[in-house]
Order: sequence, then C-alpha cells, then structure tokens
Amino acid sequence: MIINKDKCVGCANCVPVCSVGAIFIGADGLAEINRDTCVECHNCHRSLSPEHLPPALTRLIRRILKSVSLRFQPDPDVCPTDAFAPEDLEWPRIVRRAFSDPMVTHESTGVHGRGTEEVKTNDVSGRIKHGEVGLVVEFGRPGIGTYFRDVEEVTTALAKEKITFEAGNPVTQLMTDKTTGQIREDLLDEKVLSCIVEVTVKLEDTAAILGSLKQMSKTVKTVISIGASTVCDKDGSDPLRDILQNEGFGIGWAKVNLGLGRVANRYVSAGEA
Amino acid sequence: MTNTLHRYGKEDTQGNDFIVFAMAGKGFNDEGSLEKAKTFLRAAIKYEPINMGNALVNSLYRPEKDLSFIKLYFTGRKEKTTYEELIDEIPAAGSAAVVFDDPERVKNFVADVKALDLGLSVNVSALVDNVRDICGEVDITPHAVEYTLGFHGDTDRLPDRETMSIATMCGHGMVSSHFARKMIDRVKEGRIEPEDAACCMAKFCVCGVFNISKAMMILDTAAKGE
Repeated sequence: MIINKDKCVGCANCVPVCSVGAIFIGADGLAEINRDTCVECHNCHRSLSPEHLPPALTRLIRRILKSVSLRFQPDPDVCPTDAFAPEDLEWPRIVRRAFSDPMVTHESTGVHGRGTEEVKTNDVSGRIKHGEVGLVVEFGRPGIGTYFRDVEEVTTALAKEKITFEAGNPVTQLMTDKTTGQIREDLLDEKVLSCIVEVTVKLEDTAAILGSLKQMSKTVKTVISIGASTVCDKDGSDPLRDILQNEGFGIGWAKVNLGLGRVANRYVSAGEA
Repeated sequence: MTNTLHRYGKEDTQGNDFIVFAMAGKGFNDEGSLEKAKTFLRAAIKYEPINMGNALVNSLYRPEKDLSFIKLYFTGRKEKTTYEELIDEIPAAGSAAVVFDDPERVKNFVADVKALDLGLSVNVSALVDNVRDICGEVDITPHAVEYTLGFHGDTDRLPDRETMSIATMCGHGMVSSHFARKMIDRVKEGRIEPEDAACCMAKFCVCGVFNISKAMMILDTAAKGE
C-alpha cells in the first residue's frame, strides 16, 4: 500500500484504522507506512470513505483553523483526500495480502478469508472423521500479526508429534516438507495479519498434543488462537468436550456445523468423496 | 476462515450474539451454490438480521466511495445498504453470513433453512449450549462442533477487555484494536453516540459478522465507566 504524499493532509484518521499499527505521522506531518510492519490487508484503502477534497485547499483550511486554535477533524472513517493507492505486489510480498485481506481468495485452496474450510463444510468433505480431532492454530490473531519464521518454529515442533498437516490448508501448501513442517525459505521474513496451521490428531492423542501446544506457545513471538473440532455422535453430543474440560479449557463459544450440507456436484473425485 | 470462532467477551454480551452462515465445500457442492447462498440470505430478511455479508462484497454497513463535501455536510451520508441490494450484488458464492441478537429469531431462521434444504453447509457460531438448545427445538442433530480454546502465546501484546470484546467481532482483524479503543474513548468523552460508533466500526468488517447490538452494549457500559 502506498500513501500519496501529494494528496495526504496529515489528518491522522488512518493511523488507528491500520490493522497492525503500521501507519504513523512522519516528520513532514504526513502519514507514512512502515513497509516491514504493513501486511497489505488493504483495510485503509478499502474501508475509509474518500471525501475527494482538493489537497491544497484542505491544507490551507487546516493551517487557518490551526492558527485560531481549531482543528480540522473529518469523520473517523473518512480519508478527506483519497490518499491511499494499492501497489502491484510481487512475490513474495504478495503472500502478505493473500493471508491478510479477507476479500482475497487463496489460490492454493480456492477459499477466501484465511483460506481454509476447516470443519465448516465437514458434513460434505469428511475432513475430520469420527475418532479424530481437528486443531486449528491461528498465528497473529487477534490483531498482532506474525512472520512465517515464527510460524515455522511451531510447525517444525508440531511435526514431531502424532499429527497430520491438513492438505487443504494454505499454510500446509507453503511447506517444502510436510513431514518436517518446514516452510519455504523465501517466505520466512514475510509478515501476515494471521495464518492458520491446521492439523488432524487422534481423539486419544488430543490432550497430549494440546499440552505440547501450550508448551510451544510459551516461546512463540506472537499471539495464537487455538480451536479444536470434532464430529458429533448420533445423539449430537461429542467426546471432545470432556477432554477439553479435563485439560482446563473453558467451554463456551463454539461453531456448530448443523449437518445440512449435501454433496451435489456432478463429479466428485475419488479422493474427495 | 475461522472468522467467528474467537469472539472474546463476557457471557452477558455473548448470550445474544449469533452468527449463522452457509457455505459450499470446494469440489463437493459448490456448483450452483451462488443462487443457494442468495436464497439463504433472502430467507433471513424476514427475521431482520442486524448484519449480513459474504466477504466478496462489503457488508450491510459499508464505506462510501463516492463521498463528497456536499454529501458529508448537507445531504447526509448513506452508511448502510439494504438487504436486497447487498444480495443482488454478490458476485460469487463465498460464505453467506447473517447476525442476530435474539435466539428466537435464530431458531425460526434455522428452521426455515432446514425446510429449504439447500444442501449447503450451515454453521452457527454462538455459546455452544445455546446452539444445542436451538438444535433440539428445531430437531437438528449437529454434525460437528469446533470449540475456541482461547488466546495463547505472547498475550501481553493484547489490548484491554473492552477493546478485545469489540475488535474480535471481526475475526479477520479489520476492526483494529486501536480503532476500537478510539471509538470507546470518543463514546466515553461524549463525542459520539454508541450507535454511531458501532455502525462506524461495522463498516470495516467486510464479512458482515460484526454484531452492532453487542458493540453498543459494550460501548454503553464503557460510557458509564462500569
């Protein structure tokens, strides 16, 4: 993302809007973006309403108001002069946007947002089976961001446990070796708003893997959000709840797949069915 | 996306927060799923969801790209579109989401969706026991459940509870914690009404899963210094 300094009037409305705090007012009184911190989520460009005021006139008005101790203050969701301009991103920086802009569809999975269907379509995909648990470990959420090098520290440790990395997940797709959890070297210095590492474990191994994850989280350089999913029994209950409670996790907020999905495509590959 | 899995908050604000969304599985039931997703969203209209979206277009609350000085100060802003306008402009099937603040409406909507038999995967994000109650009332046996296990790692970097309760309503992080804090402070200073602040923040959540009612409740509480 670029801020056009010919247009910016330094109102600072964009500063708090930035998802990772990468925008600041520079020495010239105009907004700047820290390119290392920016994750290319496009939130500033997409969600601020541009007022299309003429920059020179707006600056003059600001100066006049300031001279009489008044302040030019547009609505908090407005960029008065439409100063943001998206740039053409190239590899590897383009990966930042793929993992940070929820309106972008991941090429590797065909899913927008963070790029994975997880258990949300499990009623048709059968991704998680009875006796299995899906663990989703989201790095950088909420609102902190993460570098892939920090993600790799955990994926390489996780790979030594009894887990299987989910193939239909965009982070798995970036691994050079799914048995070691190593991620492409050219991406390790790229920062994203968040990314989801997704593994499948056996129900009986869940407590041990969660214990390992807790240990790993003590040294991780960002925040991680963990989710655990499983298939319900015929009566609608699930065996995971007790395991989680025994491990000290509170049971409250959850996502429930109601099971209303039905395979409907004319052709479904054998591997998918 | 786990966009709705990790909503932070106290139980009194979580109890009236329900996100119902439909999506197709890639390679399984995505053929013709756009019209089914639109049917899902249209079925929700009579229950007046407090937000709606599909992530490929902006939600009910949205920025105005044709804003001008005249509109801003004289004719007024148009910060919310209609359900029908939003549904009509959806270009492709993503995840179609609606938000409610009333379990009775959720129950009736889910019953309607079940009767429609669209064949899409339908999920409800909320307090799990509330969802189980609704499933029992509409005779649905849930297929799967995903629990949030909370935030771990370098949690010292997280903001305060009020800010987290608002910012985590956009799971993709588009309502930044700095912006949420700014709006909380403005409400406390009496510079903006809670409803205006909530609607302003909702524009940043493109999936349309930001709960305006919950945000207003949090802002109201903050304004009273509670």
